[in-house]
Amino acid sequence: MTRTKTVKVDYLARVEGEGALYIRYDDRGVHDVKLKIFEPPRFFEGFMRGRDYLEAPDITARICGICPVAYQMSSVHAMEHALGVTVTPELRALRRLLYCGEWIESHSLHICMLHAPDFLGYPSAVAMAKDHGKIVQDGLQIKKAGNAIVNLLGGREVHPINVRVGGFYRVPTVAELNPLREPLLRGRDMAMDLVRWAASLPFPKFERDMSHQYEFVALSHPCEYPMSEGRIVSTRGLDIPVSEYDQHFREEQVEYSSALHSALIERGAYFVGPMARYNINYAQLSPLVKETAEDIGFPPFCANPFQSIVVRCLEVLFAFDEALRIIDSYRVPQKPYVETARKSATGYGATEAPRGLLFHRYSIDDAGKITDAKIVAPTSQNQKTIEHDLRLMLPKFFHLPEAQLQAQCEQAIRNYDPCISCSTHFLRLDLRHSERSQP
Amino acid sequence: MVQHSRTIETAETKPKLAVWKFTSCDGCQLSLLDCEDELLQLAEQVEIANFMEASSVQLPGPYDLSLVEGSITTPEEERRIREIRAQSRVLVTIGACATSGGIQALRNFAEVDDFIAAVYAHPEYIDTLKTSTPASAHVAVDFELHGCPINKRQLLEVISAFLHRRPPQIPAHSVCIECKLRGNVCVWVAHGTPCMGPVTHAGCGAICPAYNRGCYACYGPKENPNTDSLCHWWQQELGAEKATVIENLRNFNSAAPIFDVASRRQEGGDDQD
Repeated sequence: MTRTKTVKVDYLARVEGEGALYIRYDDRGVHDVKLKIFEPPRFFEGFMRGRDYLEAPDITARICGICPVAYQMSSVHAMEHALGVTVTPELRALRRLLYCGEWIESHSLHICMLHAPDFLGYPSAVAMAKDHGKIVQDGLQIKKAGNAIVNLLGGREVHPINVRVGGFYRVPTVAELNPLREPLLRGRDMAMDLVRWAASLPFPKFERDMSHQYEFVALSHPCEYPMSEGRIVSTRGLDIPVSEYDQHFREEQVEYSSALHSALIERGAYFVGPMARYNINYAQLSPLVKETAEDIGFPPFCANPFQSIVVRCLEVLFAFDEALRIIDSYRVPQKPYVETARKSATGYGATEAPRGLLFHRYSIDDAGKITDAKIVAPTSQNQKTIEHDLRLMLPKFFHLPEAQLQAQCEQAIRNYDPCISCSTHFLRLDLRHSERSQP
Repeated sequence: MVQHSRTIETAETKPKLAVWKFTSCDGCQLSLLDCEDELLQLAEQVEIANFMEASSVQLPGPYDLSLVEGSITTPEEERRIREIRAQSRVLVTIGACATSGGIQALRNFAEVDDFIAAVYAHPEYIDTLKTSTPASAHVAVDFELHGCPINKRQLLEVISAFLHRRPPQIPAHSVCIECKLRGNVCVWVAHGTPCMGPVTHAGCGAICPAYNRGCYACYGPKENPNTDSLCHWWQQELGAEKATVIENLRNFNSAAPIFDVASRRQEGGDDQD
């Protein structure tokens, strides 16, 4: 006898934004999996048309309060690509330092406040702090160290004001940067502990079989672990410059989600984020991070999404290491920004947001006003993979009581650190495009 | 300051704090989690009864203090804000979205229906209002904390004030005052940089001028600003283009009445007395 059952979560907790989950299944298998995103659309790509190109980093920051730096970085890279400008190595290093700050604060928020409670069976980090005080306290201190970088370079933690097309409005002196060293050194030590702690968590055993392997997609750069530059590379042979993104990826609308689903043309679902970066770019991690991974016996290629929490911890450790390296070799840029002249052009930018690849494309006119904008957030790109994961892993968890089954599903979604507020804002508002592609 | 007959904190029960999200970027509620040194202490003082970004616990109302982030952009949100108001003894809106409609209120200056039909393969799946409005357009609000994003120190002050039944100490003067307090050189006077500081609500700590750029008014209008005069000075004395003036009135607080009126007047589409 088969009785159809459902898993329904009306409002997913501990994710950024408003989403729900609906799964229909019976003894024969899983019939329906929907990650429903009901976050209301905000039409960024629509109202950006007509705005000045210099406003792009300020406006797109408001897409996400958790990872505003990522939006600022992708937008300034796209604008600089359009205008044919390259920033100086000193400015480039400062941007990388700023991004380290965001990786640290966003990852530690997810690791300690949002994801860890799943593994240890608590409803929140505040509840968890009663029994696991050190982890929550360390997590908060790590987060604070990341925020200190963003605060200094950006002016404030949320929606920084100092990022400009061409560089920054103001660059710090050596004396201003140096006080960051001490909290970063302490943070790096705490991050080492955090890696070891995360590796000791109980992980549900889930790896996809040969016929359902993930296609990981991330930036890849010959000289460094990717943040703001590189080619878009996948574990199945994709290797393209950012400017060819549109030719290989497409977005589609589904009824139950206000965020578009992104897919690789003719291949479908793919996987972006820390695990994709790590699997593709392990060789570029700093010696300290590789040694730490070896110490805990963590492999250079990870295919169990529940272990993404360990990868995030390793990336936090890397970001501390990298931030210290940049501060130690800091030379004050001669000018805070490279001048840009207004001209009609189209530019592409993709950077590695904490949650994965973040693509921007802009066209601007002679007066420097935006005529077209396209933004594809990491969570839009992971939605299909999240749904596939749930479909594949659910049969392994059928024996669990329903409440536990539901908790397991929610945990599987949090593996991706979904940022629903982000993904929803990317509803295409390109009139030309829409006119020629009515289904 | 709102007066309540019952004390907000009693010996037996901790006051119930709820955080609610409407259309927004999550940045203002994140400010609470960004209080790294105070968060756990705060959690001892209050019972966090609803905070979906941080906890899967959802306790039923009524709530002693509700913090509302985000603007109202869907019929469902119109209904939900009234429900939350009915369940909350004190309701405080936090951030530009909740206090003035946020960046998404730029739709108020366009034809949203045309947008949706053009954008979506299936416009019928999208349920959105023509406008983005602050909570105060729908329900009574006890206090508005401005900013895109809010200042986390000010958030702690507001929570603390309402828990202790005293008025929050949140100055409504301009960013100029904060600039002087910070010891900034005036970017307008010294460098001729257009700056919204004279008409903008304080709270950020005058960050932009401290980083050599003009204020872009992310905290919205201060009390009683002379916005028309500022627009005149930008154009006549600093050589700013009208488009730039409108862009700065019409960004993160475009639906704040003072900025809304001023930007329409600049466009010449609205004759004001």
